[in-house]
Amino acid sequence: MLSLRRINAVTLKEFAHMSRDRMTFGMIIMIPLVQLLLFGYAINTMVRDIPIGVVDLSGSAAARVITEQVRVSQVVDIVATYNTPDAAEAAIVAGEIRAALIFPENLPQRIASGRTVAQWLVDASDTMVSSALLALRSMPLRLEAGAPPGAYSASTPSFEMALLFNPERRSEVNIVPGLTAVVLTMTMILFTSLALVRERERGNMELLITTPVLPLELMIGKLLPYVLVGCVQVGIILGLGGWIFRIPFAGSFTALAGVTLAFIAASLTLGLLISTLARTQLQAMQMTIFVLLPSILLSGFMFPYDAMPEAAQYIAEAFPATHYIRLVRGVVLRGADAGHMLPDILWLLGFTALLLLVASARFHKRLD
Amino acid sequence: MTDAAIVANGLTRRFGDLVAVNDVDLEIAHGQIYGFLGPNGSGKTTLIRMLCGLLTPSAGTARALDFQLPEQAEPLRRRIGYMTQKFSLFDDLSCKENLNFLARIYGLDNSQRQMRITTLLNQFNLEPLSSRQAGAMSGGQRQRLALAAATLHEPELLFLDEPTSAVDPQNRRDFWETLFDLSEAGTTLLVSTHYMDEAERCHQLAILDNGNLKTQGVPADLMGALKGRVIDVQGDGLRAVRQQLMTSNEVLSAAQQGDRLRVLLKKPVQDIGVFKQWLPGDQTLHCEPAKATLEDVFVETTQADETPC
Ligand SMILES: Nc1ncnc2c1ncn2[C@@H]1O[C@H](COP(=O)(O)OP(=O)(O)OP(=O)(O)O)[C@@H](O)[C@H]1O
Ligand SMILES: [Mg+2]
Repeated sequence: MLSLRRINAVTLKEFAHMSRDRMTFGMIIMIPLVQLLLFGYAINTMVRDIPIGVVDLSGSAAARVITEQVRVSQVVDIVATYNTPDAAEAAIVAGEIRAALIFPENLPQRIASGRTVAQWLVDASDTMVSSALLALRSMPLRLEAGAPPGAYSASTPSFEMALLFNPERRSEVNIVPGLTAVVLTMTMILFTSLALVRERERGNMELLITTPVLPLELMIGKLLPYVLVGCVQVGIILGLGGWIFRIPFAGSFTALAGVTLAFIAASLTLGLLISTLARTQLQAMQMTIFVLLPSILLSGFMFPYDAMPEAAQYIAEAFPATHYIRLVRGVVLRGADAGHMLPDILWLLGFTALLLLVASARFHKRLD
Repeated sequence: MTDAAIVANGLTRRFGDLVAVNDVDLEIAHGQIYGFLGPNGSGKTTLIRMLCGLLTPSAGTARALDFQLPEQAEPLRRRIGYMTQKFSLFDDLSCKENLNFLARIYGLDNSQRQMRITTLLNQFNLEPLSSRQAGAMSGGQRQRLALAAATLHEPELLFLDEPTSAVDPQNRRDFWETLFDLSEAGTTLLVSTHYMDEAERCHQLAILDNGNLKTQGVPADLMGALKGRVIDVQGDGLRAVRQQLMTSNEVLSAAQQGDRLRVLLKKPVQDIGVFKQWLPGDQTLHCEPAKATLEDVFVETTQADETPC
């Protein structure tokens, strides 16, 4: 027989637990709030303001007119101009721009004969971004003079599109490298966030702090095994995933190892910091989820970073995953080398050093 | 270097309003086994934690092995061993793995480590258990492992917080033999307990109650000081006798033990006849002076300032 009294007893007890644990209480409120903000405000599947560059080989007034018309479409944000198509392509490889609009020298003649006016070089690895750019292909152009009537309306293409890195526009090409960031974020932060709390809960901490072990030694020693775990995971995703889904590997192995190690270190220290903040394993788990949600959703893994409002981009920059997604896609898909993406790498290393210091400063070899 | 391994002056620790340890003065000589005897919550663990630098005192000072606490806790750590009240080795590591881990932490090199661990496994009868996970060991086995771990780096000062709480009497005897071996070898030991028989084995003893250090001294002296104050009463109707005695101003406590009543007096009586006057007149009771035990000392020190209940 079910007894209401006993059910009631258990319910009351659970409420008592809940009210003792301020963190759980906070999470009950914060998780829906953060989700609401993320999905409602930050995540936007309509891509706008894609950073692009312009190369004008014609030096003509028409090029400036067309550039202006492209700009007011609001799909792109012109962030740079380059002198040669090669320089623009290098900027695409380095991840500074997603596409380049290249006006050929013979632009006026092309307009006169009604041919496509210019060429887009598009980084097609992200299908959502490249779709938005492909929509520009037949955008109608209003040209003052010289163009034959009927040209550059919706029916005839205004631009020629050259798709780089993922010409078949398969979404898995972009997803699989990004997945490494998601998997590493989940496992690395979770493992280490439990590391210190678990020992505190089990009573091992009182022993550890009576030994000569220094906080920093304890922390580094705890992290190192997980570096190996992370490398194995990346190996599985990129090795197996790359083979099954035919992911091109454009970069160098050393660059991949370098950026991955930097990201693993950053994620591990983030977990460690959580471990020094939480008092119980449950709290550590909740804080991990709390960090995981925005860091995965804002990282650009599923939803393009370029489509997010500026404020959300600033927040995204705070999470290591955002930087790593950029790095790993750059290395794997575009063959970027570390020199191209120094700011992201330095950011990850700085993040690691800072958090390791904060975590070991927060960790006292005291019980009070 | 002073003579004492530990010196504390006015050592106090508060947790909010609660005073867990109150104004404790201590001086513990090298090579002694020094006992802290006290009931649950009397502040034994808190005092030990302060003395090994894990808790910061709210007031007072302490020095251990000539290191000022808590400032110099770090260099002190290499020279002390601490066996926590709650088992604090890793449950999912084997006996040997636990010892190996700690030996490395204490910086023993490979050959030292292997030699030391072989010696300890042997000394503590842990060889047959060396590959068993600590979580799967019995209470007594675990406690032997914990002591082995605490002595791994041959500390000069060893803190043992209720080391035998999960141990049967036979094992407790063996355990104490090991403690005397360590003491013989020059180690200073601090042992907390709430067992009287254990407390009696210490060279020196301090009785703690409610955070206060009530008395300290050699156990035999403490018991000797109660000469003439303990009387055994035998006969019928002991419950009623006890009721009567407890109303007397001369009696500190009266506790029944089987068919006898153990009476502790506030002042010694020379003549048993004087005592008999306080008994109900119509009874035929056999009274004789008894040798004081540590329990009597304990009752005496912890109840002296309370009204008998
Ligand atoms: N971290 C803490 N926070 C608050 N109060 C504490 C804390 N640690 C101990 N106390 C309190 O201090 C008092 C002394 O505790 P302590 O653990 O030193 O006693 P003990 O003599 O070791 O007891 P036991 O024999 O049960 O182990 C107790 O009343 C306890 O509740
Ligand atoms: Mg205790």
